[in-house]
Amino acid sequence: MDVNCLTIARLAEALAAGQISSREATGAVLDRIAATGEQVNAYITLDREGALAAAAEADRRLAAGEAPPLCGVPIAVKDVLCTKGLRTTGGSKILADFIPPYDATVVAKLRQAGAVIVGKTTMDEFAMGSANENSPFAVPRNPWNLVYICGGSSGGSAAAVAADQCVAALGTDTGGSIRQPASNCGVVGFKPTYGRVSRYGLLAFASSLDQVGPITKDVRDAALLLNAICGHDPRDSTSVREPVPDFTAALDQGLAGLRLGLPREYFEVGLDPDVQRTVEAAIRQLEAAGAELREISLPRTEYGVAAYYVIAPAEASSNLARYDGVRFGHRDPAADELAAMYRRSRSQGFGPEVKRRIIIGTYALSSGYYDAYYRKASQVRSLIIEDYRRAFTECDVIVSPVTPTPAWRLGAKSDPLSMYLTDILTIPTNLAGLPGMSLPCGFSDAGLPIGLQLQAAHYREDQILRVAADLEKRLGLTQRRPVL
Amino acid sequence: MRIGPEKVAEVARLARLELEPEEVEGLAAELSNILQYVDKLSELDTTGVEPLSNALAEVNAFREDEVQPSLPREEALANAPRATSEAFVVPRVI
Repeated sequence: MDVNCLTIARLAEALAAGQISSREATGAVLDRIAATGEQVNAYITLDREGALAAAAEADRRLAAGEAPPLCGVPIAVKDVLCTKGLRTTGGSKILADFIPPYDATVVAKLRQAGAVIVGKTTMDEFAMGSANENSPFAVPRNPWNLVYICGGSSGGSAAAVAADQCVAALGTDTGGSIRQPASNCGVVGFKPTYGRVSRYGLLAFASSLDQVGPITKDVRDAALLLNAICGHDPRDSTSVREPVPDFTAALDQGLAGLRLGLPREYFEVGLDPDVQRTVEAAIRQLEAAGAELREISLPRTEYGVAAYYVIAPAEASSNLARYDGVRFGHRDPAADELAAMYRRSRSQGFGPEVKRRIIIGTYALSSGYYDAYYRKASQVRSLIIEDYRRAFTECDVIVSPVTPTPAWRLGAKSDPLSMYLTDILTIPTNLAGLPGMSLPCGFSDAGLPIGLQLQAAHYREDQILRVAADLEKRLGLTQRRPVL
Repeated sequence: MRIGPEKVAEVARLARLELEPEEVEGLAAELSNILQYVDKLSELDTTGVEPLSNALAEVNAFREDEVQPSLPREEALANAPRATSEAFVVPRVI
């Protein structure tokens, strides 16, 4: 049994049947990281001791027959989610030594479900980026080809899952940060409906857009992790009281009668030929499976990036004001005056992209510019939401590419705006608070993975899972693995 | 919208950032480029459109005003760059 390659579902079976212990499974993951970790740089911090202790405890519970759903399963967590007693950097120098005194709600939920937390994965600083190159730590590499980006900002989580350096992982998605790296790394990435998952203990980037979600080896695992992390949390005022279904119930329903919308505008952004070819092939499979295809229109799609780059930096400029060198994080020890301490601590601690976004956001919110930028962008957000409302009267699930191109070479894009524009197909989902997923659907001629994006109406994660589970079976790609 | 180095420096001051002169120059060029792109929003007529920050029709979340357990002081102070046993320490302000 190649333990590293197992899914949550298969490992849970093996653990329950006593074919393997959690200590063995966790040890295998740690060995895999020791052997291939430096090629991929998926982790900022490993918690070998904590993981082995949690595994021993899981084994005890398994032996006692009281195993919760994720009992003994090694899981990686993006380094933007607080883990009690385990360093949490947000991918930033300003938090290089921050040891959270509490667990994020999602982390607490993972622990309650018996998961073994292996470590904290690399990310763009404060989740701001699409290539995972905005980082003072080692830049993660795409396991399928080490000179390519794994994508961002949850790059380490996607790379760790693809490289079998964990069984599954958590990421966060503010403008595509789960779906884009999942697409680049050939794994499943799921961004739930805004409010489905608690943001308590998530280092805030853009609070009206941020959402935590799973990155997994297959669709069933995404459903299993959603089961574990969704639900109302009184500590997050935007967390919703919507009942949480058993998401695995959606997996075997077939596609008959389901209406799939193909948004015309998503196919008119200058798609790379490999993306066009693989996505169209996947769509033909869906049609053959009995789904009804409909061309739809989301006319304001092209304005998403512009609205996002006002709203997200505006929220970030406010959220990141807390890093002032007073209560936690870096402080310039030489500053002997309060305002200078704020300025120098922040300037030394933040990287260039974070400074850029703080400046954009502060500018957009500043006196005299608020109406032209923030208010206007929020109005355009309403129009984008309206587009989706109309679309979901015509279809159940929207099917499209995740990104216009496959992963690019490390260092190939340096201009901020051209980097921002790569998220043109993922950003609208966040602006509208919808659930969205990236499902591996094929490979470029150069052998890089390509994902298919599925979006559904609020709280209809089940519809996405239904389509994804069926298509995954037809495509038969889950056994294909990068060679490291 | 073009934005000059003076404006960048002014905004940096508001944002409590200290930038090197060459950082200011670089940011002015990049920001002008980004804001020029953002001006695309003006193509859309938004007269009478409600500005939204949340697509879900959630109402405000209220709870009872009850005392609940909070972080022990020692733990709250543990990450402070400078602290006494009961307070954060900052440079003199008065």
